[in-house]
Amino acid sequence: MIRVEGLSKTFADGFQALKDIDLTIRRGEIFALLGPNGAGKTTLISVICGLVNASQGRVLVDGHDNVLDYRAARQRIGLVPQELTNEAFVTVWDTVSFSRGLFGKPKDPAHIEKVLRALTLWEKRHNRLLELSGGMKRRVLIAKALAHEPDVLFLDEPTAGVDVELRREMWEVVRGLRDQGVTIILTTHYIEEAEEMADRIGVIRNGEIVLVENTHALMQQLGSKELTLHLHEALERIPPALSGHALTLAEEGHALVYTYDATSQQDGTGISGLLADLEAVGLQVKDLHTRQSSLEDIFVSLVREHR
Amino acid sequence: MNIRNMNLQSVKTLYLAEMARSLRTVLQSIVSPVISTSLYFVVFGAAIGTRISEVEGVSYGAFIVPGLIMLMLLTQSVSNASFGIFFPRFSGTIYEVLSAPMSYVEVVLGYVGAAATKSLILGAIVLVTARLFVPYSIQHPFMMVLFLVLTAVTFSLLGFIIGIWADGFEKLQLVPLLVITPLTFLGGTFYSIDMLPPFWQAVTLANPVVYLVSGFRWSFYGISDVSPWVSLAMILLFLGVALAVVAWIFRTGYRLKP
Repeated sequence: MIRVEGLSKTFADGFQALKDIDLTIRRGEIFALLGPNGAGKTTLISVICGLVNASQGRVLVDGHDNVLDYRAARQRIGLVPQELTNEAFVTVWDTVSFSRGLFGKPKDPAHIEKVLRALTLWEKRHNRLLELSGGMKRRVLIAKALAHEPDVLFLDEPTAGVDVELRREMWEVVRGLRDQGVTIILTTHYIEEAEEMADRIGVIRNGEIVLVENTHALMQQLGSKELTLHLHEALERIPPALSGHALTLAEEGHALVYTYDATSQQDGTGISGLLADLEAVGLQVKDLHTRQSSLEDIFVSLVREHR
Repeated sequence: MNIRNMNLQSVKTLYLAEMARSLRTVLQSIVSPVISTSLYFVVFGAAIGTRISEVEGVSYGAFIVPGLIMLMLLTQSVSNASFGIFFPRFSGTIYEVLSAPMSYVEVVLGYVGAAATKSLILGAIVLVTARLFVPYSIQHPFMMVLFLVLTAVTFSLLGFIIGIWADGFEKLQLVPLLVITPLTFLGGTFYSIDMLPPFWQAVTLANPVVYLVSGFRWSFYGISDVSPWVSLAMILLFLGVALAVVAWIFRTGYRLKP
């Protein structure tokens, strides 16, 4: 759906915001662009949407170059900016209709109604924007972006500064859009959000795409698990009988930590073997717990790796 | 740019939204210029004008009508157009226009077209208001309309440029206050430059507004400080310069697109 090829952006003050970015977004997916503040997320989508000129490289939207064939490219894109920018004195209905017309589409009250209903803004259609709550204003921005029936929707930090309940609601909205066949690209620095929402995740840092992977595969690839066994009596060293297992001592010998890959299906992940051997050695296990590394850990380790 | 390839729906939408914005602030947009122009007529036309003899065969009250319309047209064109583009930049809503499938020409048509239309409507209102105070005649109506339209468009473009250049409300007010208003007052709005000493006559000819007012007044009464064709040429020159600057702004993305 979208191809970004060799994209670089250096601002007038010499700051290089994007460095040779290659990225392909597939039709119908939710793609999360994940990165810390200042990583270049907004700059990247600004270049794709035509708000910022690229220094190098090109962007194809459904095969249309976004500079040479900007009309066709931009027609397909809807952008929801990060800031809640609204004209305060116009009504919801008017501003959403305006967006449709601005993108060159003829009036279609039925479509506007559909969009407003989908975003539960229908009841508020005659309200002026300054009368709306923050969450509603953000939904108005989404409605504006959808007014011209785009194929791709960009959501720049859709849940920044939004409370938990509203964030869940926003996620529902985004999923609903995907179900209607809209390709969605969202930027976020909340890992939880990317993990929860995205089909694929691209990690961006210092203007470089560090990694692009299926969310699920990313979790699997980097998602090692830890089993911590708390022992009744401290060990000085790992008994030779257990040396076949990937164990380390922790908590001054009071715990054994077993690191394993939850996705390798062989041998019940080796846990049953380990437990049997523990039994044989006569070690008493007081407690045990497992921990899966979250995207947060993955992210931190990725960022560290590339430092 | 081919007219058939133009995205007229977008232009129309932007134009109508801009027009609607001024309807929301109808008091500020229309009533206040009419009131201030009426005050000029009362003070300069009725009160002072009765003490002033005719200027080149035209009563003073009638003499200042074209100048006052020009004064209003210039200031309103600049302020409408500058505010029209500055405010979306300031509030951030400009993102939508910049990401829309619109060419630069279409964006300018929408913003500048609306600003020019507004000032033309105001010009017409002032023209009608003036009739309540003084009788006047229009000898060359076609030329009058041409001068009006060209001036409104040119100064709306200037306003557009100011609105893009300004990075705060102060700068937005600065140019109209420090440049447009003095040039208009010194540009023969309230007097014929023949009334000035020769030296100041020469200096005044460097003031672009002189040509606008003179040409416009000629279309009313057939009297002018400079030839109406010189006036027309000067307006077209300003228009060309303004268009070139706007073209440069969009080509470089100056203050719009980093």
